[in-house]
Amino acid sequence: MAELLQFLFSGVTVGAVYALVALGFTIIYNASDVVNFAQGEFVMLGGMLTFVCHAAGLPLPLAALIAIAATSAIGVAMNKLAIEPARGAPVVSLIIITIGASIFIRGAAQLLFGKQIHSFPAFSGDTPLRIGGATILPQSLWVIGGAVVVFVGLWLFFTRTLTGRAVLATSNNRLAAQLVGINTGFVMTLSFALSAGIGALAGVLATPITLTSYDVGLAFALKGFAAAMLGGMGNPKGALAGGFLLGLIEALTAGYLSSQYKDAAAFVVILLVLFFMPQGLFGRKSTERV
Amino acid sequence: MQKTLTTTALATLLALGATAASAEIRIGASVSATGPAAFLGDPEAKTLEMLVEQINEKGGINGEEIALTLYDDGGDPNKARTFATRLIEDDEVVAIIGGSTTGTSMSILSVAEDNEIPFISLAGAIEIIDPVKPFTFKTPHTDRMACQKIFEDMQKQGITKIGMISGTDGFGASMQAQCKEVVGEYGIEVLADETYNPTDADMTTQLTKIRNTDGVQAVLNPGFGQGPSIVTRNYRQLAIDLPLYQSHGVASDGFIELAGAEAAEGVRLPGTALLIADQLGADDPQKPVVDAYKTAFEEKTGTSVGTFGGYAHDAFLILTDAITRAGSAEPQAIRDAIEATSGLAGTTGIYNMSAEDHLGLDLSAFRMLEIKGGEWTVVE
Repeated sequence: MAELLQFLFSGVTVGAVYALVALGFTIIYNASDVVNFAQGEFVMLGGMLTFVCHAAGLPLPLAALIAIAATSAIGVAMNKLAIEPARGAPVVSLIIITIGASIFIRGAAQLLFGKQIHSFPAFSGDTPLRIGGATILPQSLWVIGGAVVVFVGLWLFFTRTLTGRAVLATSNNRLAAQLVGINTGFVMTLSFALSAGIGALAGVLATPITLTSYDVGLAFALKGFAAAMLGGMGNPKGALAGGFLLGLIEALTAGYLSSQYKDAAAFVVILLVLFFMPQGLFGRKSTERV
Repeated sequence: MQKTLTTTALATLLALGATAASAEIRIGASVSATGPAAFLGDPEAKTLEMLVEQINEKGGINGEEIALTLYDDGGDPNKARTFATRLIEDDEVVAIIGGSTTGTSMSILSVAEDNEIPFISLAGAIEIIDPVKPFTFKTPHTDRMACQKIFEDMQKQGITKIGMISGTDGFGASMQAQCKEVVGEYGIEVLADETYNPTDADMTTQLTKIRNTDGVQAVLNPGFGQGPSIVTRNYRQLAIDLPLYQSHGVASDGFIELAGAEAAEGVRLPGTALLIADQLGADDPQKPVVDAYKTAFEEKTGTSVGTFGGYAHDAFLILTDAITRAGSAEPQAIRDAIEATSGLAGTTGIYNMSAEDHLGLDLSAFRMLEIKGGEWTVVE
């Protein structure tokens, strides 16, 4: 029983990280149908910039805030410099541009921050909490809490606020959105700022557990993307569920089957889900209106 | 990508034409300064550049300056092959150092052997020098030797049943395989054999399985990068009180920093003299070379020395020692002199090459270290 509980704790810890990354994908996707493959780099920047500021002597909360703000600014810059000039290009081209941006950010980070692995102290210490014979780190609770708070925030944003609906409208039909008075340029800027900020928050929360270096972004992006696809791209509920589900599948496969098949099992489940439910578990039905 | 350090020497060369070639010794290197093996190649590249500068300041070897041509192959064996060819045909080097990974080393060695240019590899696999090839040498001890050193220590403690948790990266997978090959010779049985991805964030699942395996007396973690740090943290999180062995892959101060001194307490691993430079006895033959390298490297780069940079240091030392003894910079003469290397103290160990042994290290090159209070200590 304690064993199962430990596997579940492990799965939830990892799953919360995936969920946070997956949540970052949703906003840009909702605004533009673009899957932003630089999302993992935002996560890396969040952790890395926090480390740099913290090492420079700033208190951790301030370092984290600076990292999140700076990453949001980088997100906006990426939109202005790379995505906006290519407006009108097909979505696939824009996705490829985001891959290019991610390689650029990774290279710049390698030059600026070096290739060392870094970390900073956990927010509430390293003493594990014991529950029913299993242990979980306090930092895991921060990550889980962060994922839930971001989810609730996004859900309220997309369903309860005018700006959130404007984001959805922009994605649905940019021209029509403009005709009803939505500033689509602002919506895009906002969505990149928010996505980058959420990515950076994921990096800030996860780094004491996962550690960070210039090249961690790719792994985050792949797992987060898989989680978002599993749950349904663009739906915050799906991102949250997909992330936790992916983490739990991995942990339980490693625990009861073999750690060798951990990733394989997770991807088999994703393939099966996408085969039977191409929109993911909570995805919106895409109906082409003529 | 290419850095020629002695621009003045090059200028003379251009002015005087080919006759000036004897005024400098051209050495080539191809390491993985970027890409997935950057943690190996980066300190290696910095070490080589630093050493060439140092030796030229002192007037070079036998009165001739050294010109280093350094390429970054990014860990790609195809690029390494291209660079090796370019080094030999265009840059006309007399010897090559490099091949941070086993893959790139195998590429370079085939080119070097064909052209009869001495090559000193910086990679771990035993295949590079076994069977012995006339022009290929290497400086790092093999993964197999690390396994043997660890199992020797376990045997002394009376440990006969262990669990293994290995990274699936090249280093972890290779060492896992080597360890399982030699483990039987020490009467030790591997009861649990788990793996993790180098990018995984949590290994408590695998460690719980190992802990719940009946009879496990110790745990061994072959791997490098952040994986072993996370394993060590998770190990303490689960309060497993069995001895934990790490590999030489994480033998640097950075490991203690990342895992945290508290979590790393009591962790054992086979390391080189570099890690315990301040604890070496005054009569230790490795002390002068280790001290000199550690001080110079840390002053120049601001990062702590690691085992991998030490491999490049030793390769360069063997090469310059051979050129000095040969009194000539002809590839064949250098090769013969390298093979005759004897009692040469490097940072990794004391090298004694022979026609049958192109590595020249034995198990004594490794020292079993234990982390106590955030510091490395030697296990007697």
